[in-house]
Amino acid sequence: MNLQPTQASLTELAGALASKTISSVELTTLFLDRCEKLNPLLNAFITLDRTATLAEARAADARLASGETGPLLGIPLAYKDIFCMQGWLTTCGSKMLANFVSPYDAHVVEQFKKAGMVTLGKCNMDEFAMGSSTENSFYGPARNPWDTRRVAGGSSGGSAVAIAARLAPAAVGTDTGGSIRQPAALCGLTGIKPTYGVVSRYGMIAYASSLDQGGPLAKSAQDCALLLNAMAGFDARDSTSLARPAEDYCRNLEQPLTGIRIGLPKEFFAQGMSDDVRAAVAAALAEYRKLGAQTVEISLPNSGLSVPAYYVIAPAEASSNLSRFDGVRYGYRAPDYTDLSDMYCKTRAQGFGAEVKRRILIGTYVLSHGYYDAYYLQAQKIRRLIADDFRAAFRQCDVIASPTTPGVAFEIGAKSDDPVQMYLSDIYTTSANLAGLPGISLPCGFGAGSMPVGLQLLGNYFDEARMLNLAHRYQQATDWHLRTPEGLSI
Amino acid sequence: MSINLEQVGRIARLANIEISPAEAAQTSEVLNGILGLIEQLQSIDTAGIEPMAHAQEVFQRLREDCVTERDQRAAFQAVAPETEAGLYLVPRVIE
Repeated sequence: MNLQPTQASLTELAGALASKTISSVELTTLFLDRCEKLNPLLNAFITLDRTATLAEARAADARLASGETGPLLGIPLAYKDIFCMQGWLTTCGSKMLANFVSPYDAHVVEQFKKAGMVTLGKCNMDEFAMGSSTENSFYGPARNPWDTRRVAGGSSGGSAVAIAARLAPAAVGTDTGGSIRQPAALCGLTGIKPTYGVVSRYGMIAYASSLDQGGPLAKSAQDCALLLNAMAGFDARDSTSLARPAEDYCRNLEQPLTGIRIGLPKEFFAQGMSDDVRAAVAAALAEYRKLGAQTVEISLPNSGLSVPAYYVIAPAEASSNLSRFDGVRYGYRAPDYTDLSDMYCKTRAQGFGAEVKRRILIGTYVLSHGYYDAYYLQAQKIRRLIADDFRAAFRQCDVIASPTTPGVAFEIGAKSDDPVQMYLSDIYTTSANLAGLPGISLPCGFGAGSMPVGLQLLGNYFDEARMLNLAHRYQQATDWHLRTPEGLSI
Repeated sequence: MSINLEQVGRIARLANIEISPAEAAQTSEVLNGILGLIEQLQSIDTAGIEPMAHAQEVFQRLREDCVTERDQRAAFQAVAPETEAGLYLVPRVIE
């Protein structure tokens, strides 16, 4: 048997576990050893707990021994630290929740526990998922395994680093404005943000509730499809969860691409992306044409407004959601204060980091008397224009392609003094969240500094299976997704 | 439109975040940078466009009027900064 666990697909790992070639405890130990060795360098995890993890692995082995089978049973999984998990520290990357041990499981956690996946640890992230580089974490930046001087992307940066460095076979993240797709692109991985409402937000610490959506990151589209099968599903505890018949996201993976129309938004390709990214994306589109797809020019006339609209709507929702952190029921409380109001103000001043405070303040401003119509309502109207653009575009094409990010991963600290420059790195990703559409990022080559480049595909509502099909066929024809960073003894 | 120091103070009070006078100056500068980014929304004609609050046209579901939660007070209060006799403690608000 020639199993190389750090490189194996989830299907290969499940096969090895089912045939008793390896036990879940052995497999989990192998990844835990890598985590403990490399995390001091990469800062991918905020919390590792060998005892708790191995207890889950033993339970998975017992299920395997009893004859139970499952496509994910016994495989380790890393979680972004935004998912509440009973008995585990759940910090959301913040000092505010540095001592918060969750009393309950998120729906996503319940689903993966049912499937028998083993919790490997809780991954680093931008504080409260606000950021595009994981530099806003209270626990320090995650480092990109392709070049540890560079950012991992964000906000699900730790989840991406864990897989890219082969510390975990798969991970879960969340995507409010690109937070799955962007780190997947910058770390050379595949990551999917499902249609809004497909994955329950219950127990996923809220940032901007009308945009937040959980999803998987993995080495391949096929692995993502398997993970999405377990994650998706109706949950009455999330009022926006959609009751739909269960879908097998693997069902279309092998379909040929003949006749598929890939739309290229002329606004996305006009300017703004670096030359290396442009070249890698052009080569990927040529590969798709070889696979039988055709490319058509489309227009998303309002797409240039998506970043400003996002940076009104997301902070507005954040200012409301984060009002719950007041030092009364959980989390941090300031040590010294004079009265209740002072306790609130000092707790929040000391517990939140700079970027979180900025977004709360901007959100408070755009919702305040006299500015609500001019900013918040106007942004919501523009949100509809952006969604309508997509509706029109999907009459001319089946999926929409673009780069995931305008450039490859930048150096740590390069953009931290200028929030607006940082926000503009979300230029290709935020529109899918505003419209509620699914989006996937897959590796399509390397750019400056030999850093990975991501191709983004956006699909129509509930068209995840088709997007995974396109990504999978590309990954059968290319090997970008199999490349690994040097020097990490993979 | 731009935010002056006085407005930063007002917003910070609304948001219950303490800001020192030194921080306020720097904060107003950064917030004005962000306002510069979102300012371009003002010039778009949105007459007759219905605001979009949500990605899906979903409506609040109704459920049976029955108990679905079990008592987890002890578990939830175990993570609270200060409790007593099942209550959350805060500084005195009524003299």
